Amino acid sequence: MEIAYYPGCSGSGSGVEYKLSTLKTAEMLGVKLRELEDWNCCGATSAHNTNKLLSLSLPARNLAIMEKMNLDTLLAPCAACYNRHRAVEVEAKADQALRDKIQEAIAMEFSAQTTTVSVLEWLVRDVGIEAIQKKVSKSLKGMKAACYYGCLLVRPVAHTGFDDTEDPSSMDQIMTALGARTVEWPYKTECCGAALATSRPDIGSRMIYEVIRNARAAGAECIITACPLCMLNLDMRQAKVEKAMGVKLDMPVYYITEMVALAGGYSPQEIGITRHFVDAISYLHSLPEKAAALAAEEEAKKPQKAARAAASPAAEKADGEEQSPADQEATQKKIEAMLKGIQKNPEKMAARIIADPERAQILAELMAQDEKKSLKIAELMVTDKDKATKVADAFVTGELKKRQKA
Amino acid sequence: MKEASALIPVTAEKAIIAKIEHEAHTSINHCYQCGKCSAGCPVAFAMDYPPRQIIRLLQLDLVDEALRADSIWICASCETCSARCPRNVDIASLMDALRREALAEGLVTDKKVAAFNEGFLGGVKRFGRSFEAGILLYHNLKTGQLFKDMELGLPMMKRGKIELMPHRIKGSQEVQAIFERTAQMGGE
Repeated sequence: MEIAYYPGCSGSGSGVEYKLSTLKTAEMLGVKLRELEDWNCCGATSAHNTNKLLSLSLPARNLAIMEKMNLDTLLAPCAACYNRHRAVEVEAKADQALRDKIQEAIAMEFSAQTTTVSVLEWLVRDVGIEAIQKKVSKSLKGMKAACYYGCLLVRPVAHTGFDDTEDPSSMDQIMTALGARTVEWPYKTECCGAALATSRPDIGSRMIYEVIRNARAAGAECIITACPLCMLNLDMRQAKVEKAMGVKLDMPVYYITEMVALAGGYSPQEIGITRHFVDAISYLHSLPEKAAALAAEEEAKKPQKAARAAASPAAEKADGEEQSPADQEATQKKIEAMLKGIQKNPEKMAARIIADPERAQILAELMAQDEKKSLKIAELMVTDKDKATKVADAFVTGELKKRQKA
Repeated sequence: MKEASALIPVTAEKAIIAKIEHEAHTSINHCYQCGKCSAGCPVAFAMDYPPRQIIRLLQLDLVDEALRADSIWICASCETCSARCPRNVDIASLMDALRREALAEGLVTDKKVAAFNEGFLGGVKRFGRSFEAGILLYHNLKTGQLFKDMELGLPMMKRGKIELMPHRIKGSQEVQAIFERTAQMGGE
């Protein structure tokens, strides 16, 4: 695979480790990156804040150069560069008059037929998770990460459209393939404040703080990003944010390409992890110990699980994670059968769950009226009978209170 | 047609609003003021008028008020509002168009953001690429905060994360010509 590569201005400055690790990631995955010849800055947000045609023409010159190089896919790791190149591709493709204007402005031929991809699109869609997984020689087991997508990788929807706008998962898929665990957290597509950290630090600091605080609250021990501006804000400005907010954050931040290259066996030095502002090395050193603790925990669960499985085969299945797809399907079928039974004869099923006939009658009425409640009960009857009784009891108590009030 | 335009006089405000809507490829009349944009806006906490109210100002022809709002300079262009609008109003593009109009009319209230943009584009125009150290220096000089972020300079240098000299691309003249031509062509 040979594709064009646009390092962007930060690649030789603040985001030098993004460039280093992207090059190593490509090398490891057998992708040849050809840097665009004599590329110029995309203009970023400053250009579209100032002059719309300028904001489309600056990236268009790069794409015109790429057409001359006979390449059709451009990898732009920086989220802002990706966003600006993608914008002109989409807009000029849809509007012939606009394309003519752009050609006039750049005084070059420009067909708008190329495709700019982000690092996430490239890794997940073009290279593929399986191909990445095959190259993992040093698993990231023990790591607990918050994948931070920020704004421009998933928006605007009409330009990106490769991952879910509100709940993207491509980066989580990569991290999982590398052996790490990822957390669910509400700030994965929130904005870090971008240039506000420079122009209005009073506002920017608070935005950065909220992102890090939310990652921590979700249980993450590090943040993964695919944008050099997010990195600049979360890493370089973290000490300043700590001072402004009067708290200690100590949150290591990594580029997704650093993680892929690291799991592929490259040393933290070669890919630039030693150049971060917040110490990002100690956490990596702590991973083997965390991985061992995790393994021990899993080991300790096994006898318990075996005991439970002996007592009730259904309870074992309730444990979720280790279930094979075939087992999951079997459980699902049992739940469906149980639900049908409840719907057919709620009184009979209720009597099986609650001994007290009066309360069982109320449960039967509840299950007949409320499909959600009957589904919940059906699920628990299959997976954990004790819990089914407890939940059913709670339903009845709640209903009795409601009736008293009424 | 004549009668219709007599009924709704085309004021200067209406003309600017039409221009802004045209540039942003969107219509403010689609907005039914639900507030979803403001609820999701990550910078609404710092704004004088949250996004919904900016649109309301425009719906009420209060263009001057909207152009002088701090909000349009605080907006970080994250596009959450546009992605979530149930009426498909492209609020982020409207904010963009408002910033450009405010610049053109010399109504910039938040000089710091505009100074950042100026410093950023100045480097691109001259060298073809943006030059991070230059942007910071220009920003500090322009906003009178000489020592802002100074503590970051040395650590960045130690980490090999700052270029001391700008890199001039071979086609810097071409890039300069793009700046000139797009300015002449009026930006649209």
